[in-house]
Amino acid sequence: MSETSLTKEPEDASHATEDLVVLDSVNKHFGALHVLQDINLTIKRGEVVVVIGPSGSGKSTLCRSINRLETIDAGTITIDGDPLPSEGRELARLRADVGMVFQSFNLFAHKTVLENVMLGPIKVRKEDKAEVETRARALLDRVGVGNQADKYPAQLSGGQQQRVAIARALAMQPKVMLFDEPTSALDPEMINEVLEVMQQLAAEGMTMVVVTHEMGFARSAANRVVFMADGRIVEEADPHQFFDNPRSDRAKDFLSKILAH
Amino acid sequence: MFEFLDLERYDLFGAFWVTVQLTFYSALGSLIWGTVLAAMRVSPVPIMRAFGTAYVHLFRNTPLTLIILACSQGLYFTLQFDMGTGGDPEPLGFRLAVLGFVAYTATFVCEALRSGINTVPVGQAEAARALGLNFSQVLRLIVLPQAFRSVVAPLANVLIALTKNTTIASAIGVAEAAALMKVMIENEAQLLPIAAIFAFGFIVLVLPMGLFLGWLSKRVAVKR
Ligand SMILES: Nc1ncnc2c1ncn2[C@@H]1O[C@H](COP(=O)(O)OP(=O)(O)OP(=O)(O)O)[C@@H](O)[C@H]1O
Ligand SMILES: [Mg+2]
Repeated sequence: MSETSLTKEPEDASHATEDLVVLDSVNKHFGALHVLQDINLTIKRGEVVVVIGPSGSGKSTLCRSINRLETIDAGTITIDGDPLPSEGRELARLRADVGMVFQSFNLFAHKTVLENVMLGPIKVRKEDKAEVETRARALLDRVGVGNQADKYPAQLSGGQQQRVAIARALAMQPKVMLFDEPTSALDPEMINEVLEVMQQLAAEGMTMVVVTHEMGFARSAANRVVFMADGRIVEEADPHQFFDNPRSDRAKDFLSKILAH
Repeated sequence: MFEFLDLERYDLFGAFWVTVQLTFYSALGSLIWGTVLAAMRVSPVPIMRAFGTAYVHLFRNTPLTLIILACSQGLYFTLQFDMGTGGDPEPLGFRLAVLGFVAYTATFVCEALRSGINTVPVGQAEAARALGLNFSQVLRLIVLPQAFRSVVAPLANVLIALTKNTTIASAIGVAEAAALMKVMIENEAQLLPIAAIFAFGFIVLVLPMGLFLGWLSKRVAVKR
């Protein structure tokens, strides 16, 4: 392979089927609202899982619980065999292994694009600055914003900002990437440039959890679709099966609504 | 009309120099202590938040003169805390005054900073946490640098108020500008010209500060 890889080299075959993220009977409340109800979900190494469901069904909360931006009330979440610690150094280390991309990009506004990408590896992993810079520039090239490295986030389009955000997460060489509606805040003409980067990442074997309503992406890149409603996983299926032949009434109802426009 | 102004007898520049030094050390101390207080007020540790809140309310609402007198009477005369001066009145009064100014002004720095912290989108702090940065790194690397940039103008007001507040140090015998003014007014019976000189002196100090910080605040503003 002549190009710089976006991901770490795939682990050897014995690891290929290993469970990377495991949620076991996870429950969470916001006050009286039971946002996550008995969630059991296993994501294997290299798998791409698309999470879909109506607004308020708990998709973001699920994503955020996986790297503990939200605490859970009951159940366990393990990442690569380690249970999520509740606080401190261990938690920070674990979070560093889980990349996260947000709907609203959340780039650091006072830092340049390059600084945004370099911050994590230098401050969290204490890596060598020169090495990190080389890697950061390669990542920015790969997501197609290499020539914007010295600009500030506000000078970039939404699509460019989101690609920088992906590069920033990848710079930590995470084991799994979480995407929470990464294209929902984008103008239509910018959605594809972000989806293409994600497609490529999926093709390279990155483990991904993607909350999105982009069916094209789900069909072409996902191994599995998880349909959530009212805090529960209602249906889990292969993407083609899910979109063409949903089993549950909730899924049928939901799909008819998003297909209507 | 200014013939009373005998610079041999009245060390006008020396007195203003003391004012400048009082302001400088107090500003530096307030900036540091105010930042620590702001960090406490946004920290996840309840006892730190409680301390920060209680401190700010207590010191911000106490008259500055009382705080300065308390530093002098309470700390030195009652507790014999001489701040490493061995009781030498010159540096002692100065240091006690700086301590009092810092204790008081830091509350305003803290509150200005806190409003600055609120201008930083919470998503950026989450993104930083998601990268694995700990609370203090998130604060130092992401939140505070942006908060400071957005509050240069309010901090300029705090600094200007502090400069004028240093005149209160004369209450515990620090030989700054206002102390000299009192002496001159007593000796020379030329109230208006003397007051005009000192007012002018303060304007010369404060005006450039305000202009510079106003310019700086536009320069460093974070584009969103
Ligand atoms: N911090 C919070 N405090 C209280 N309630 C919350 C909080 N965050 C989310 N909720 C509620 O929890 C429920 C699930 O929210 P969540 O954001 O996970 O849904 P979602 O599936 O991501 O929806 P959307 O498609 O609109 O993003 C919603 O009813 C929401 O109002
Ligand atoms: Mg959401």
